[in-house]
Amino acid sequence: MAEALAFYSLAAFILGFAVLVITARNTVHSVLFLVVNFLFVAALYVVLHAEFLAVIQVLVYAGGIVVLYLFVVMLVNLKRPPEAHQDPRRRSRLGLVVSGIVLAQLVAIAAFSATQAAGGPAPVEASVPVAGNVELVGWQLYTTYLVPFEVASMLLLAAMIGAIILAKREL
Amino acid sequence: MVEIVIIPLLKIVIVLVAVLAGVAYLVLLERKVIAWVQVRLGPMRVGPHGILQPVADGLKLFLKEDITPARADRWVYTAAPIISLVPALIVFAVIPFGRDVHLFGLTVSLYVADINVGLLYIVSVASIGVYGLILAGYSSNSKYPLLSSLRASAQLISYEVAVTMTLVSVILLAGTLSMVGIVEAQREAGIWFFFAQPLAFAIYLIGGLAETNRSPFDLPEAEQELVGGFHTEYSGMRFAFFFLAEYANMIVISGVAATLFFGGWLPPFPNVAALSFLGFVPGWIWFLLKVLFFLYVFLWIRATLPRYRYDQLMRLGWKVLIPLAIANVILTGVATVWL
Amino acid sequence: MADAPRPMFDTDELVINMGPQHPSTHGVLRVVLRLDGERVVDCDVVIGYLHRGIEKLCENRDYTQIVLITDRMDYVAAATNNLGYVETVEKLMGLEVPRRAKYIRTILAELQRIASHALWLATHAIDLGAMTVFLYCFRERELVLDLFEEYCGARLTYNAMRIGGLPFDLPPGWDGKVRAFCAILEQKIVEYEVLLTHNRIWLERTRGIGVISGPDAVAIGLSGPPLRGSGVMRDIRKHEPYAAYDEFEFDVPLGLAGDTYDRYLIRIEEFYQSIRIIRQALDGLPEGPIMGKVPRLIKPPAGETYHAIESPKGEIGYFIVADGKSASPYRFRVRPPSFCNLQALRQLIRGHLVADVVALIGSIDVVLGEVDR
Repeated sequence: MAEALAFYSLAAFILGFAVLVITARNTVHSVLFLVVNFLFVAALYVVLHAEFLAVIQVLVYAGGIVVLYLFVVMLVNLKRPPEAHQDPRRRSRLGLVVSGIVLAQLVAIAAFSATQAAGGPAPVEASVPVAGNVELVGWQLYTTYLVPFEVASMLLLAAMIGAIILAKREL
Repeated sequence: MVEIVIIPLLKIVIVLVAVLAGVAYLVLLERKVIAWVQVRLGPMRVGPHGILQPVADGLKLFLKEDITPARADRWVYTAAPIISLVPALIVFAVIPFGRDVHLFGLTVSLYVADINVGLLYIVSVASIGVYGLILAGYSSNSKYPLLSSLRASAQLISYEVAVTMTLVSVILLAGTLSMVGIVEAQREAGIWFFFAQPLAFAIYLIGGLAETNRSPFDLPEAEQELVGGFHTEYSGMRFAFFFLAEYANMIVISGVAATLFFGGWLPPFPNVAALSFLGFVPGWIWFLLKVLFFLYVFLWIRATLPRYRYDQLMRLGWKVLIPLAIANVILTGVATVWL
Repeated sequence: MADAPRPMFDTDELVINMGPQHPSTHGVLRVVLRLDGERVVDCDVVIGYLHRGIEKLCENRDYTQIVLITDRMDYVAAATNNLGYVETVEKLMGLEVPRRAKYIRTILAELQRIASHALWLATHAIDLGAMTVFLYCFRERELVLDLFEEYCGARLTYNAMRIGGLPFDLPPGWDGKVRAFCAILEQKIVEYEVLLTHNRIWLERTRGIGVISGPDAVAIGLSGPPLRGSGVMRDIRKHEPYAAYDEFEFDVPLGLAGDTYDRYLIRIEEFYQSIRIIRQALDGLPEGPIMGKVPRLIKPPAGETYHAIESPKGEIGYFIVADGKSASPYRFRVRPPSFCNLQALRQLIRGHLVADVVALIGSIDVVLGEVDR
């Protein structure tokens, strides 16, 4: 009962702030609403007993990635001029078509999941010898998902090197 | 009912009041300590030996005129100091001041909450505090505070990496992310982690100085800087919030250092039976002494050292501290597995 | 920088104004900087905010009255200004100064050098963030000011020299106090050096910053520690001795790298050398009168002369044209060391970061009173 209450109120906030992200006039406000959105998602993780994921969400997403978004926004100064709100290109047919497709997809997913048996994904195998949030995540990351983990770190390394090369004026 | 609601609420109130009062008096302590180093006396007028100076300062800041720059973003301008102060305060929820005390037949633990990811909570909340800095510069609607605040926040997030790496080495030793668990691990191991991880402690201390924008890493807010820094346009209570946030962060860094490296509430040499008489001193007094020691080190360094230039500061963080911290983690990991 | 690929974001040059009201420009100095990102591309030094028309004022004053006005040029080292001026007039008139007066003048000038360098170190250190050194140096400067106050009654603008000698003889016990001060200062300099000389942060902020080569220094017309820091040996006390300097043994420190650190080391060493000179002067202080044979009304014969002495900032020179008829000079011109040294700022600053600008202004050691007169 309490969980359901928590979930629905958090979900309402998450959706509300997500809408504010795309409708805010000022880009900096938009980014800030995104931060708040992420914080509520972290709260949702806590409700789901995934505390480790919650703090990582705050640390990495809200505290790292969005900070860099904010840097970029401020440095490039993307303040939309007021005329852009009446820009006819914003109501293009392509936009309508794409949003229509996405809406159809969402409806299809919702209908499909309603016909599925209740029950979540397969629970973690009992053979895992560790317990606790951090330990479970670590175990999965280094055994079942080892290759994706390494690939992801290589990707990040490539991104870092690319950023350094782009930013340096001479090498 | 009492245990779930009333006691935590009381603890929160006590911790907040203590921290805010501590921050106010830390400002006075800094002025006094630096003055004594510099062959002068510091504030002496308000109250005996200037004891009531924080009250006077607080009153002055409270009563100052509330100025908002003409075309600044009003909401962000007001929110920035709050965003700076709140993370600095809520971190105290997981810092353990002591073990258990027995009051009125109840066992009360001397920490507000012991979550299983306590250390990560501290780091993540601290990373939210960076927003206060960025938004302060942005909302002043002026190019130079903006650039200055971006530099200050770049400094913060760079040193966050090095500091987090040192915390990882401690986690490797302790085997848990919970703050109370880390202190317990030190008690079981019989030594403070400072002796097991001196390099990590050194990096943590330097990174902590940079995280709180303290000397010698305080170029973004130095008066000799060409532009006034990110809080140029702030005055009155809003400026006070930034100030409070900075000093509260200092106390946080000291508290975390005391907990992680110096045994928290444990007396020195906790496993030496001959010194068990030290256990008669309550744990929270030991904790307080350790935190005060670190705060004094912060002030001492400010009085003594010149200031790094910004590029030298970033070079130190990226080219020296981060490689050392990563090397430390690797060594610790190898040692933990083999020993 | 070789032909670099065009950067992704076009950056314009920024023009920033520093001063005239600024905590670190050591007076009312205005520097207009052109920045490319963080680096200074060029700068324009604007002076004149402290101009009081001293040279013109002196044309309407007696030669004796002018001593008071010279105090106010380099107000940090006022006795040196006095000394330069009275020696110029004595040279113009061919007056003989008694030996005792020369010795005392030397002591006062060296005490002044100590006081000036103490203030320089205090402000230089606090510009770079070492705020404790500021108070320590001012503590020692206070002692010197107390000595001067006992001698001539003033702390800053001394009026401590007269044409032909000195106004007062030494108060009883003064030389004992000076000796005690020298002993104290020797210990305190160790304190400053412990805090700064081998401090890694200080070294990073000053080594290799603001390098000026010897030939450049001579071409710009530098003097004093900035010149000697670049390896050019020129000290007027040694090369054209005045007062009693030819009777004392002392060394002149020379720097080779021409950077801020060298200029710092030179001034620290000059502390020690000044103490050495003062001690020799006190030991050998002769008896005798303190005022030479000087006519009641000072009216030099027609002629002109230039005389320079080594002030703590560099070579301070006076050029006086007397027309032989009036009791005021026809033309009174000062060659202030700070003004000439400031010309180097433009060259020094180029290519450095904004944060170095204050370090460089401090390293040259300018006093705006001198620059603007």
